[in-house]
Amino acid sequence: MKQPSKFRLAGKQQVAVFIVSMLLPLSSVAAAQPSADSNAEQVQRGEYLARAGNCMGCHTTRGGKPYAGGRELVTPFGKFITPNITPDSETGIGHWSEEDFWQALHYGKGRDGSYLYPVFPYTEYTKVTRQDADAIFAYLRSLMPVTQTNPPHKITPPYDNQFLLFLWRTWYFKEGVYEPDDSKSEEWNRGNYLVQGLGHCNACHTPRNVWGASQDDKLAGGEIMGTYWYAPSLISQREAGMGEWSVDEIAKLLSTGVTDHAVTSGPMATIVRQSLQYLSTKDMRAVAVYLQSLGEKRSEESSRKIPPMPERVSRYLALGEPVYVKHCQGCHGKSGEGVPGVYPPLAGNRSVTMTSPLNTIRSVLYGGFSPATAGNPRPYGMPPFQHIIRDHEIAWVVSYIRNAWGNLGSLVSPEDVDSSRGNEF
Amino acid sequence: MKFIVFILLAMGSGLINAQEPVSPLVPDTLEQRVKPCTICHGDEDRAGRDAYYPRIAGKPAGYLFNQLRNFRDGRRYYQAMAILLENLSDEYLLEIAHYFSSLKYPYPEAAANTLSPEETQTVETLIHSGDPERDIPACSACHGKALMGVKPFIPSLLGLPHAYVAAQFGGWRNGGSMRGQIPDCMSEIARKLSQEEVNALTVWLPAQPITAEPAETEILTTELTQRCQTTLSGEGFTR
Repeated sequence: MKQPSKFRLAGKQQVAVFIVSMLLPLSSVAAAQPSADSNAEQVQRGEYLARAGNCMGCHTTRGGKPYAGGRELVTPFGKFITPNITPDSETGIGHWSEEDFWQALHYGKGRDGSYLYPVFPYTEYTKVTRQDADAIFAYLRSLMPVTQTNPPHKITPPYDNQFLLFLWRTWYFKEGVYEPDDSKSEEWNRGNYLVQGLGHCNACHTPRNVWGASQDDKLAGGEIMGTYWYAPSLISQREAGMGEWSVDEIAKLLSTGVTDHAVTSGPMATIVRQSLQYLSTKDMRAVAVYLQSLGEKRSEESSRKIPPMPERVSRYLALGEPVYVKHCQGCHGKSGEGVPGVYPPLAGNRSVTMTSPLNTIRSVLYGGFSPATAGNPRPYGMPPFQHIIRDHEIAWVVSYIRNAWGNLGSLVSPEDVDSSRGNEF
Repeated sequence: MKFIVFILLAMGSGLINAQEPVSPLVPDTLEQRVKPCTICHGDEDRAGRDAYYPRIAGKPAGYLFNQLRNFRDGRRYYQAMAILLENLSDEYLLEIAHYFSSLKYPYPEAAANTLSPEETQTVETLIHSGDPERDIPACSACHGKALMGVKPFIPSLLGLPHAYVAAQFGGWRNGGSMRGQIPDCMSEIARKLSQEEVNALTVWLPAQPITAEPAETEILTTELTQRCQTTLSGEGFTR
């Protein structure tokens, strides 16, 4: 019974194909439609992926033309100037082919075959699939070309040597597209792909050795090169490990910049604004699932014994209390409890108590708003105190909040405050 | 497909809005949201009385909006402002600009005029007539007859602290204040003034009593409109 109907169907299809092929010569525009559509879809996907990778974050100067490069990235190895990646043929990547782009993203090689410096995170981008790389390239090709010549890198000798770079690569660069772990869910794998690949979270959230190489793909936290900010560990319970958070809360923090208990600040606020808030709900969830799996679970032994406080230390801490009452209490509360979703709590806040006091000191010095995002378009903020109170008062108050209300952290000196200044602005 | 995406987006934003922080402990006002600004720029009691930070209350909204974006985008250089504004959107900056523009705080008492009669004469000539020979326009030609600015883009010159006015002249003359804005009319004009004239202006301006509001409209000459076009345009500005 089935056979004849199949034949009939085949017959209909043949007729349809015949009719379409008859129309082809008449209307080449209509015939080109499917491929144009798929190209538009590829460009759209590329735009989304370029956001996820925050290409714009580095390849745009403050207030400059998007993707036209020119931003200075300061490292211990010299000053790198990001290139123009708009399709301008003279000053951008107008002459590049899909293959050239793949060579750069996947192998860290320039169009002329030279080795690229890992300040361009090809060490992470190598995990990106060819299909995604091609989509990003198609998107970049679709941009309006911008003629903008950027100054050359100022690399400190001997790091300007390609042979040294070759050695570095041999040692530290592992080429290869992300390979899914079949023992884990599809969602977890997607999150891993986004975090370790395009998202290149590793570029900041990892300690680097003296040669500037990330310590494998563990997101164990580290000071961000050239920024005077500390990117906390995404594993440790004492830093920003999210093992005890719900997936929803992680996703909310990363897509809106704020939750009841936490706000993003410094470079992370910028990443949320420029990149993470644009991730689809599904991708953001995948990222959250993966990050949650990285985080340590709270262990019983983690309740630390607090040694009795020497008299000298409690006297030093007491200096901070009046400063807190005068300048901080109004928003953060009498007991450092904060206001959910508006002003973060300081009691029990791991970014206050973690080993590096850098971020807390900088928040006091420079203040800041949480990022304006679709989910939190009119953020509240913290005033800068660099003009209001002196370094020793900042040292007192930071020491105080690191040790009040059950918090426990090292003391901060006025020298620590002074050495936390400075940035790219 | 697009329609489905739109529905999903609408649902998503609905969810997010439902979660938007609302706290009985903190007023849901712009006044509360801009606390980071008023710690330096002052509230009702202090506006314009600080030694350095300029009064922003009551300044024309378009001017404030342009300056907020200039600070954020690195066209006007001041580190504290650049860091503070880095992650704010145009929409929010516009709202903040309108908020400060709408504030009607009392002005501080005028400072003492310590200039000699000759110096005062020199300044008043520059203010009302400029110096056509050096191609210096009268200050009042752009900033309004009362020097209180012109809505929406031109700032007032009165009610500002001496140190702030002096720092702006210094910035314009050294090219440090506004980076990359061409044509930048105030840099060009400030460079044509002598140091003595600048010094006298920075004493005279804070010594003027304030008797008017920013002007609604005063038509600029075509030449000045051309010369100061970056100041007079505000992409994305709405009243």
